Amino acid sequence: MKHLFAPAMAIARKDLYAEWKTKQTITTMLIFSGLVIVTFSFAFDPSNQAVSALVPGMIWVITIFSGILGLNRSFTQEKQNDHLHGLMVAPVDPSAIYLGKCLANLIFVLLVQIISVPLLFLLFDFQVISGVGLIYFVMIVFLGTFGFIAVGTLLAALATHSKSSEMLLPILLFPLVTPVVIAAVQATRIVLVDQEGVSAALSWMQLMAAYDVIFFVVGFLLFEHVLEV
Amino acid sequence: MIETIGITKTIGEKMILRGVNLRINQGESVAILGTNGAGKSTWLKIVAGLLKQSNGDVLLDGVPRKKDDYSQQQRLGYLGHQSFLYEAFSPVENLQFFAKLYQLKSPDKRIHQLIDDVGLSFFKHEPIRSFSRGMIQRLAIARAILHEPDVLLLDEPHTGLDQQAVSLFNRLLLDLKAEGVTIIMVTHDFPQINAICDRAVILRKGKIAEDECIRGRPVSWIHSLYEGEALSS
Ligand SMILES: Nc1ncnc2c1ncn2[C@@H]1O[C@H](COP(=O)(O)OP(=O)(O)OP(=O)(O)O)[C@@H](O)[C@H]1O
Ligand SMILES: [Mg+2]
Repeated sequence: MKHLFAPAMAIARKDLYAEWKTKQTITTMLIFSGLVIVTFSFAFDPSNQAVSALVPGMIWVITIFSGILGLNRSFTQEKQNDHLHGLMVAPVDPSAIYLGKCLANLIFVLLVQIISVPLLFLLFDFQVISGVGLIYFVMIVFLGTFGFIAVGTLLAALATHSKSSEMLLPILLFPLVTPVVIAAVQATRIVLVDQEGVSAALSWMQLMAAYDVIFFVVGFLLFEHVLEV
Repeated sequence: MIETIGITKTIGEKMILRGVNLRINQGESVAILGTNGAGKSTWLKIVAGLLKQSNGDVLLDGVPRKKDDYSQQQRLGYLGHQSFLYEAFSPVENLQFFAKLYQLKSPDKRIHQLIDDVGLSFFKHEPIRSFSRGMIQRLAIARAILHEPDVLLLDEPHTGLDQQAVSLFNRLLLDLKAEGVTIIMVTHDFPQINAICDRAVILRKGKIAEDECIRGRPVSWIHSLYEGEALSS
């Protein structure tokens, strides 16, 4: 345990601090999500009631694509000076690297969501959701994002061994994240668009929670095998 | 203290190490020599735990190297071909990060001391992105010895260092050696071997070709050992 949490926090802090200094990843992620929102708001008339049905999908389009941008950088930047070896010679549990990277990536994506989702609601003139709905909404976004990052971090580490890692990551991700993306979009749609069926959203959320736990544990346990090739 | 028994390593079809048997005692300073591609770095990485051997055992104090034995990692200081340092960070920030990984208690004094020792005090707070190669190598050396390891695994530590840094670094190594630190150094730099090491091991094609005590021998003798004729003459 001593070699797990403290190094994981150090790694996550290191990533956040490096990002704070360079602002490279967050900037590209934000520009991308801004582009998506602007494009869609011009493509569809935001005042049209039917268009609000698009919003749940857009939230996840932003999450997935900006997430992939972040995940790609997460490990390719560690390759520059063989940083992964630097972490491996230290008395650090390999799972700590996974934990730290997951945390940092999660924070990046959540930051992008915190900025872009309100903007999306604003531009699409989305009526403010009620108190309970908001809690559900936040929980759904968190569960979906967490599952995506848990799988994405593991696969990003795996993909860095390949020369074409930027291409490999989406290919590996696609089949594995499909369940959680479907669940996330469905649950978000239920909560945002037809608020009545909250119980239906609940079962999607249970699915996401199960997915999150399974893939987080898998990533945690398998990570040491991903590092050595 | 460090023993490798019958280490072999194959990557793909290629056999890089073919049975390396080597025993290095506490406090020894050993130079590992060999032509480019002889397998020196590979052997060092296996000892450091970065690569897994195909066959054979690595023992540290008679205990097989295990992945989850972190006390073994804590005792090793490894300096590779790459610096492992983060470009966006200053020397102080880099060392602070590694101090956290090694969970050093109140490391700040040692960090500043080390940065002074390697002669980077003027650049303490500048991002190392702008550093020259030699400056980065100096900091990489500080990183490798930050946690006061008792086994140093150095892969061509003198590359890129200027004359002043070389003598600084050699003095540092001799001090560590006097404290009983085991030094294993892969290098192509014969004068430095002469200054620091007691023993030379020569790898050829993934096998140990020579293993000699070199204390008191001139550089030319090491040269001819390297060429493979010292013993016959
Ligand atoms: N990942 C790898 N895949 C395939 N072959 C490798 C790999 N790493 C090393 N090799 C091969 O192993 C051999 C030994 O490599 P190694 O890096 O140990 O040499 P070295 O003795 O350190 O050489 P140098 O003096 O140039 O540093 C080389 O022939 C190299 O081509
Ligand atoms: Mg080498």
